[in-house]
Amino acid sequence: MIDLRHISKTFHQRDQTIEAVRDINVSIAQREIVAVIGPSGCGKSTLLNMIAGLYAPSSGAVIYKGKQVTDVNTDVGYMTQKDNLLPWRTVRDNIAFPLELAGVPKPERKARADAVIRHVGLDGFENRYTHELSGGMRKRACLARMLLFGAETALLDEPFAALDAQLKLVMHDLLLKLAAEAGQTILLVTHDLMEAVTLADRVLVCTRRPAMVALEQRIELKRPRDVLNVRFTPEFKGYYDSLWDRLRLEYKEERV
Amino acid sequence: MTVIDENLVPATPKETGGVSMVLWQTALGIAILFVWQGASGRLVDNFFISNPIDVGRRLLEWTLNGSIFLHLWWTVYATMLGFAIGAVIGAALGIWLGLSNFAARLLNPYLNALNALPKVALAPLFVLWFGLGINSKIALAAVLVLFLVFLNTYAGVKQVDQDLVDGARLMRATRVQVITKVIVPSALSWLFAGLRVSVPYALIGAVLGEMIASNRGLGYLVQFSGAQFDTAGVFAVLIVIALLAMLLNLVVDLVQNRMERWRVVSR
Repeated sequence: MIDLRHISKTFHQRDQTIEAVRDINVSIAQREIVAVIGPSGCGKSTLLNMIAGLYAPSSGAVIYKGKQVTDVNTDVGYMTQKDNLLPWRTVRDNIAFPLELAGVPKPERKARADAVIRHVGLDGFENRYTHELSGGMRKRACLARMLLFGAETALLDEPFAALDAQLKLVMHDLLLKLAAEAGQTILLVTHDLMEAVTLADRVLVCTRRPAMVALEQRIELKRPRDVLNVRFTPEFKGYYDSLWDRLRLEYKEERV
Repeated sequence: MTVIDENLVPATPKETGGVSMVLWQTALGIAILFVWQGASGRLVDNFFISNPIDVGRRLLEWTLNGSIFLHLWWTVYATMLGFAIGAVIGAALGIWLGLSNFAARLLNPYLNALNALPKVALAPLFVLWFGLGINSKIALAAVLVLFLVFLNTYAGVKQVDQDLVDGARLMRATRVQVITKVIVPSALSWLFAGLRVSVPYALIGAVLGEMIASNRGLGYLVQFSGAQFDTAGVFAVLIVIALLAMLLNLVVDLVQNRMERWRVVSR
């Protein structure tokens, strides 16, 4: 589905060069959920931006369904770290935005948007503007919009970072259910190891900048997963500990 | 988020403060009128500053015989038409150059030169081009408005959050959709800021045009009164112009509040 072939990315800013990603070589299968974990600011977002076609890699190639990504990749739904809802639109109009762009007539747009809004628990807020919502509600609105866009692949950049621990669990549960229903392929960037192990089929541990894959771990927890209780199983703890053993090296160096 | 607090908290102190402030402001206005009336003919020659009673009488006289309304209408007409023409051209230019890096860089030195030029100096040229009638006044008002609106719209387009544009493109927005549904709405508050500051300039353009060559309008009237050494008349026209300017600002505020409801709530 997604092939990252030895991709690297270096930014040149004035007289500074920043190497964000170095030689990442990963294949993601259809319907697979892959979590990329690593320290903040290590270049994980850059990776997603390259898959979305917003940045071109400095070397290597992003192959999406057999085709090299050279322009904006409109087959993916991209939920950015900072929510990019349009502030002058209401919640409903924001969520229905992809349908509006596709030329879906207004009554159908409204009906479909309202269905998704109920799904993510935003009913009652359809006519609010985005700044009237809490951070968690904005994230849910972004998720709803991505669902309505109906992409086969979802790129999620720290989607739940700003949420409290309980709401995170609710959102994890929702995400897994919806992904299973829609058969989506998901690439999730996070710095929350618990979240990575809970959601993913495979976890990639990234190094500090420049991001390289330090460890790749399959998570063989059975699906559907119970996000509330899976973390208390011994298998979960095994995965968590072995990943943490590698991940903490990246933080150790930071302390110097 | 903050909506609830904003509705509840400042309501009481602001409102009582508002009412008593209006009283203070009225008191100050009356005091100024008294000082003016008292000073006139005693401290300063009545010829230079006239006095409120004469000015009021002049206003009443013009209102009763209706002559002021003719002049007022010509000025309002030139102001509004000039404003509209300048705003449309300015906004279109701002959006175009905001989107086209090449055009913006190509035209940059010329636009800078034109912008630095005191537009008022163009007045004689406009009289030559558009005649002594109202068209030269409209043109002067339009040129003043055009640059202000252009610069603001241009800045607004340049300020558009690239994340919003990228988001729309990822959702398969066409180039036209990105412009109409993301860039223009996003630049709208900048455009409004430009419109708002340019309203007085439209009035300046119209009045100045009338002062230079005309036989109608408030600018003509102020010029004519001055030439007749009629100080009361000059003051009377100035009051009418000030009231007109305030009224125009109020209209812009109302329109902006209507079109940017989402922003109003957040204030």
